[in-house]
Amino acid sequence: MIEAIIFYMLAGIIVLSATAVIFARNPVHSVLWLILAFFNAAGLFLLLGAEFIAMILVIVYVGAVAVLFLFVVMMLDIDFSELRTGFTRYMPFGLMLAGVLLAELVIAGTAWTLGAGAQAVAVAPLSAAGDVTNTEALGALIYTKYVYIFQAAGMVLLTAMIGAIVLTHRQRTGVKKQSIARQNAASPGEAIEVLSVPVGEGVKLK
Amino acid sequence: MIGITHYLTVAAILFVIGVLGIFLNRKNVIIILMSIELILLAVNINFVAFSAYLGDLVGQVFAMFVLTVAAGEAAIGLAILVIYFRNRGTIAVDDINMMKG
Repeated sequence: MIEAIIFYMLAGIIVLSATAVIFARNPVHSVLWLILAFFNAAGLFLLLGAEFIAMILVIVYVGAVAVLFLFVVMMLDIDFSELRTGFTRYMPFGLMLAGVLLAELVIAGTAWTLGAGAQAVAVAPLSAAGDVTNTEALGALIYTKYVYIFQAAGMVLLTAMIGAIVLTHRQRTGVKKQSIARQNAASPGEAIEVLSVPVGEGVKLK
Repeated sequence: MIGITHYLTVAAILFVIGVLGIFLNRKNVIIILMSIELILLAVNINFVAFSAYLGDLVGQVFAMFVLTVAAGEAAIGLAILVIYFRNRGTIAVDDINMMKG
């Protein structure tokens, strides 16, 4: 009973905040609604018994991705009201398409049943006794059987990091910088000139 | 009692909201990226719900992979957005035609 109440509360807030994300006039508000949706999705995951994914969702999405969105929204000087033109023009077509998609998903969802013996073929069965925590079981799985997938995820993140740095890196002109290579390559011969000046005569500067 | 159908329904609604967001905010890349995040969140809810109800932990491993890809995608998308704004002074999707594709 209490599980149902919590589920409906979390699900309702997710749907409402997701709607607010796409309808909010101010993108900063959109990001804040997105954060609320992520928090409630983390609650749903907790309800399902996936504690590790729930915590990762809060850390990665709320802590990193949403803050990244906030940074970009606040950094760019954009007239957002101009970008909203055409919102009502696309509304009928968008709603029609969304309705069709939802109908298809509902039809597929209601027609779906769990096949006989589907639970028996589980690759990594959850321990029924409950003596192993979710995080422990997940760790025992990704560091052994799925270690290559884990490494691949790391490579994806590395590629994303390098890509983002390369894309946004800007070579400024007109900035005086220290060049170590030029400093090391400099020799006294080209930097100074030694003259023997006779007494009483000046030096002619070139 | 809350069954898997409830979770699948929430995920389906979230997915549809994400698709609708892409259609309604066709000029604003930031909202489009947020809609994609919503869609990926819906996919993750599906993965974790099936993982819990089929008693198979692999769904949660895959959900972590989806999470990684979503984070990378957001970083790259926002980086592209920043350099596009630096070049053109706007982020309207309609104006993106430099490559005449």
